[in-house]
Amino acid sequence: MSFPWAKEYTPTTEFGQWMDKQLPLPRFVYNSVGAGYPAPRNLNYMWNFGSLAGLFLVVQIVTGIILAMHYAANSGIAFDSVEHIMRDVNSGWMIRYAHANGASFFFIAIYLHIGRGLFYGSYKAPREMLWLLGVVIYLLAMATAFMGYVLPWGQMSFWGAKVITGLFEAIPLVGKPIQELLLGGFAPDNAALNRFFSLHYLLPFVIVGVVIMHIWALHIPGSNNPTGVDVKGPQDTVPFHPYYTAKDGWTIGLALIFFTALMFFLPNALGHADNYIPANPLSTPAHIVPEWYFWPWYAILRAFTFDFLFIPAKLLGVLAMFSAILVWFFLPWLDKSPVRSGKFRPKFKIFFGILVIDVLILGYCGGAPAEEPFVMISQLAAAYYFAHFLIILPLLSSLEKPEPLPNSITESVTGKPLKTAS
Amino acid sequence: MVRIIGILIGLFFSGWLLVSFGMGAKEYITNPPAETAEHEFHREAKDISFTSDGPLGKFDRQQLQRGFQVFKEVCSACHSLRHVAFRNLEEIGYNEDEVKAIAANWAIQTPDIDPATGEMSSRPPLPADKFPKPFANNVAAGAANNNAIPPDLSLITKAREGGAPYVYSLLTGYMDPPANLPDANQPGPGLHYNPYFANLNLAMAPPLAADDMVSYSDETKATIEQMAEDVSAFLIWTAEPKLEARHQTGWAVLAFLLIATILAYLSYRTIWADVKAEKKKKTADA
Repeated sequence: MSFPWAKEYTPTTEFGQWMDKQLPLPRFVYNSVGAGYPAPRNLNYMWNFGSLAGLFLVVQIVTGIILAMHYAANSGIAFDSVEHIMRDVNSGWMIRYAHANGASFFFIAIYLHIGRGLFYGSYKAPREMLWLLGVVIYLLAMATAFMGYVLPWGQMSFWGAKVITGLFEAIPLVGKPIQELLLGGFAPDNAALNRFFSLHYLLPFVIVGVVIMHIWALHIPGSNNPTGVDVKGPQDTVPFHPYYTAKDGWTIGLALIFFTALMFFLPNALGHADNYIPANPLSTPAHIVPEWYFWPWYAILRAFTFDFLFIPAKLLGVLAMFSAILVWFFLPWLDKSPVRSGKFRPKFKIFFGILVIDVLILGYCGGAPAEEPFVMISQLAAAYYFAHFLIILPLLSSLEKPEPLPNSITESVTGKPLKTAS
Repeated sequence: MVRIIGILIGLFFSGWLLVSFGMGAKEYITNPPAETAEHEFHREAKDISFTSDGPLGKFDRQQLQRGFQVFKEVCSACHSLRHVAFRNLEEIGYNEDEVKAIAANWAIQTPDIDPATGEMSSRPPLPADKFPKPFANNVAAGAANNNAIPPDLSLITKAREGGAPYVYSLLTGYMDPPANLPDANQPGPGLHYNPYFANLNLAMAPPLAADDMVSYSDETKATIEQMAEDVSAFLIWTAEPKLEARHQTGWAVLAFLLIATILAYLSYRTIWADVKAEKKKKTADA
């Protein structure tokens, strides 16, 4: 579906017409990311991170497939096979550093993409399904990244796997069997490494599938925009191609500059030194920390230090950590404000700013050792996190008086009212 | 309904976190955690730079060869270098014959199987072999070293927080324990005080104990600091042998991307010129 003024695909060559009758793939592309897809004319640079997340997903899949040709998923030789890639495989060091840092860039893109959706109300009707699919992509990406970090079988791989699968142990009655099922044993070992490798190879293709549905769901109502006002006429839109292909194109170049600068000049800056030590079940690292993109959730997990009645603190932490992400599934129904864009919500704007700082604080505490004052700070920050989504947003929709909205996108951009065809 | 349940869950989580914070803060104030000696006496790595540092960094091959000499004559008695092969030494400036000679004269033999009998045997290493381990296994390594297993050095500058400066600091950082060091942190038998090591005492005796432990062929004075610096540089190379290729490739990739991005930006400006012109008019009108 698209707007009635969308350009119609008209094949000019004989081959094009023949193809269009038999398999209208060019028509599909034309209507999806071509001139046949009108997009709001006022999208700002925050709308570029969806395509950038897609770019880094492709980087991960391509580099990952090549790495899998040389990697050995066996606890006895996994670590050495990674060093073999780094030393003896032609350009293996480049492929591995691209893959290791590509994961970070995927998460940078996806976090900014989620943040944009939160601020501009992209999760609100009629885009709830689009948002829900996005949360599913994020969860799948977390699982994929976690299992990928286990594969080099260094110290942080092993102990990270032990801590994260240990979370399931906190579930009453079924926790222990679930943990053993996940690991294929009582502790991370060859069985765990093998199944993590298998799933790490599978899940990215599941992500691609959900991404296709995500884009499909996007194309039904079309993109949201910084005003949050619906598209009302042809003047409000520009054809996706060449306008947004050109805009996405140059930011892809910009993102790759940052990415390659990091992977060629500081390739281990985002990693942990301990992961260059082979896994050793008999020696626990001083501080077990996950990769930086999990730090906010790790801080929430560790913020629960006291049992609540009969619920142990560990179980509370696990429930809270999963709830912190699962709450996003309910967001479209928690925030009932009819105004989408945070630009026109004076109070929401302030709370959103606090949330951004709050998550950064949680991230900092999650990467720090589990000592005071970091635990106390993460308790306050986690309290705000839950209060923001579960208390402030639901109440704000009835307490806040939004500012007047522009009549149309065109009016907000040019200052002149939209000419309606009728 | 979703909102009511949400508010209740939010009140529970946030409320309990605030209660936990209160209880934790009370504990923190009434019973503050004691400063640990490890925290008080531990020192950050010394400030030292290497030619391989930074985006333009390159190895100093003369220094790597000196560092290799220190590894060969001092470190290799206890530490393995299992990811590096003798043939790799050609990358730091030795020629093929020199590498053959280094391998053939190596103090430790490479384990093998006797082709005639099938029995376990050993032979001098070949250039294609990785550096043989000084101990047959971890048990033997522990037994010979007061139960502390000497770590493999191939990746050591990447496997320690602080990298090569940390290795240099550790090698040059042995000293007498300070007078105010608590008894619990005094070096026990077989341990040596070193404030750069995380728990202050380590089993390794000062490996570079005196100047001129090795005699350099390039007439560099072999002070402790010089030997420590050279071997640290050598261990940067063993951990990251492709460092120079990485830096060179990085600049080529960045140059290409910069040009491509500028061109892409200019075409973006051209394509959007008409839409932007309409927007400019708005600012002019106002």
